[in-house]
Amino acid sequence: MATAKTIEILTETGGKIHRDTFSDAVGKNNNNAHVEFRGVSKSYDGRTMVVKDLDLSIRTGEFVTLLGPSGSGKTTILMMLAGFQAPTAGEILLDGRPIHDLPARKRGIGMVFQNYALFPHMTVGANLAFPLEVRRMGVEERRERIERVLRLVRLEGFADRRPSQLSGGQQQRVAIARALVFEPTLVLMDEPLGALDRSLRDEMQYEIRRIHRTLAVTVVYVTHDQQEAMVMSDRIAVLREGVIEQIAVPEGLYEEPTCSFVASFIGESNQLHGRILGTSEEDNVYEVDTGGEIVHALKVAPCKVGDNVTLSIRPERVKINPEAGRYRNEVNATVEDLTFLGNQLRVRLATCGREDFVATIPNIVGHGGWVTGDSVRLGWTTVDCRALNHE
Amino acid sequence: MAGPLKLSGGPGYRARLRALGLVAPLLIFIVVTFVAPLGTMLLRSVYDPVVADILPETLELLEDWDGRELPPEAVYAAAAKEIERAGTERTLGQVASRINRVQGGLRSVITRTGRELRDIEQGPWRESMTAIDSIWADPATWYAVQATGERFTARHYWNALDLQRLSDGSVARQPEERRIYLRLFGRTLMISGLITLLCLILGYPIAHLIACSTPSRSNLLLILVLVPFWTSLLVRTTAWIVLLQTQGVVNEFLVTVGLISNDGRLAMIYNMTGTIVAMTHVLLPFMVLPLYSVMRGIPKTQMNAAASLGATPRQAFLRVYWPQSLPGVGAGALLVFILAIGYYITPALVGGSDGQLISNMIAYHMQTSLNWGLAAALGGVLLLVVLVLYAVYERLLGVERIGLG
Repeated sequence: MATAKTIEILTETGGKIHRDTFSDAVGKNNNNAHVEFRGVSKSYDGRTMVVKDLDLSIRTGEFVTLLGPSGSGKTTILMMLAGFQAPTAGEILLDGRPIHDLPARKRGIGMVFQNYALFPHMTVGANLAFPLEVRRMGVEERRERIERVLRLVRLEGFADRRPSQLSGGQQQRVAIARALVFEPTLVLMDEPLGALDRSLRDEMQYEIRRIHRTLAVTVVYVTHDQQEAMVMSDRIAVLREGVIEQIAVPEGLYEEPTCSFVASFIGESNQLHGRILGTSEEDNVYEVDTGGEIVHALKVAPCKVGDNVTLSIRPERVKINPEAGRYRNEVNATVEDLTFLGNQLRVRLATCGREDFVATIPNIVGHGGWVTGDSVRLGWTTVDCRALNHE
Repeated sequence: MAGPLKLSGGPGYRARLRALGLVAPLLIFIVVTFVAPLGTMLLRSVYDPVVADILPETLELLEDWDGRELPPEAVYAAAAKEIERAGTERTLGQVASRINRVQGGLRSVITRTGRELRDIEQGPWRESMTAIDSIWADPATWYAVQATGERFTARHYWNALDLQRLSDGSVARQPEERRIYLRLFGRTLMISGLITLLCLILGYPIAHLIACSTPSRSNLLLILVLVPFWTSLLVRTTAWIVLLQTQGVVNEFLVTVGLISNDGRLAMIYNMTGTIVAMTHVLLPFMVLPLYSVMRGIPKTQMNAAASLGATPRQAFLRVYWPQSLPGVGAGALLVFILAIGYYITPALVGGSDGQLISNMIAYHMQTSLNWGLAAALGGVLLLVVLVLYAVYERLLGVERIGLG
């Protein structure tokens, strides 16, 4: 049975400590699916599917990011959840109840828009009061909530300003505050940091994470920035052309991509193309001929001997001139180019039929003294070489 | 001597000169076609030298007159001389028509006096003139002469506001049957306000639709809104006559359907209804365009944001969309209203008698009664109304816009 739990947050401003309490969304019904998509499809023109047969379950209190290039359908998914778009097929459940006939205003979902969508003719205070006024909340409680949420986003004393008088980062905080002030249990964010510059974005990523952990609300976050997704999310769903290619925790996506799209979209990866010569070790390892070199790769995609596969190898897992016999995969390569990046050295190499194979070496003892044209040996383990679907 | 303060020479000076050269055609055009006529008109409404130039001696002598009794013989003598001279120089008509506007019925008397004075060689002039017409023995006649003799005068403005200056110098309202202009101003403002309101009610949804459509569709809709601009005003007005006249399309349809009887055909044109319908149609684009340009600047996410925050469509419109569209509403309403209060051709064509606006009266005084001073004064009052409205708009929406940054 759900019990009304609250959480306390202490903040300090000007030597004064505030004790704010928020309803604890996690405490209500943890481990249950807060949001569920069941076979949801969306088409705007009746022919091309923007979202195809989407199944996705989001737990209460989870921070899930929909990550994908533009046109991958991530914003459409968010708009269907918010109630601004209706699914063409399938159903969406909120706390176990279908919401297809619930208009956006009755869903009680907080939403942060890409360009903030603050009301320019209202002060910050009036913006924050708006969702409370339409809920007919009393003046006293309204004032209290606004103060509390302004403290949460660290904008005390800004209530009388107009949005146009605020910086981009401050406007963003107001937008987040407005999405939270009516205490929704689910908050949607549609590329909220897209308009900010790099350093402000880093700061806001931290802020959003802090607020998420503080309030423990469920957050569905949309972005095309993989680093942003990695920093903030509990789980990331990588989307391409309306389909979730992989959904996993950030480490899982990076370490164990299940398709070459995810491998190249999350972080950097070398992709080698080759043909399977044989399998070994109870079918867990493929022997792959790639540009004349024989490479042993971990079986990820199920394939037969003779199939084409794509091998994904992270640049930092490649060792240059390793001790002989240390790695199962050792190939010959020629140094094409060297780039010094401060904390690391990027070496571009020609090997396995490619001329853009990259290895990165941490700058711990300086670089190895190679120059363009040197012949070197490269080594990597079977586990770091994943055989994925050939595309 | 060198420096930024140097007035001639140097590249900056030449650039300024070139810039001035580029705007000069427009500047000259505006001065010649706008500032000069406007200035002339305003001057004409307060300055009328005709009578003062033709009857100088009479007017000089009248300055000592107390205004109650008849003026002395010297005034009659001077007047007789000057009226006779004006008669032979054919300028007496101008004097007569001006005096006639102050005191009705004097025009023919004055011209007749001019003719008959030629046969009279000598005085006493008072008896001679009184013999020509007894009206010369009425102090009011001399007051009228004196009043029209002022070079600078406010009497056109008193007239335009249905006021008159009495012979004792006080200002009073015109007699009931001569009060026309205030009522006409009132009707003009009322009709213009109604047209503005109709344009707003009709134009707001269209502007919203255009602002929310895809670019190709909004282009098409904009063209449809602008089509009236591309057809001649006469064609448009004639179309309304075809539609609304007694034997017109609308009446025929209503009779056929049986909503009205053949004898009960509606009078929808050549009256106020005709003026309102046709002018609303003509002025609608002036409401739609400013509304559209403001609405296009309101992001679509604003309404979504309001909905996500729990607002009903009504609340979202009233509290989020409407306030942000207000600058467009203000600009459109101001434009339509100002155009409407000075509109001439449509009411002239379809207005009948009760659909006439103040500008039709101005045209009447320009073309028919030839009382240019009064026409200019009516125009001046109209100009003042427009300026006041503009100031109000600045006050209400200019301030608001500053607030929005």
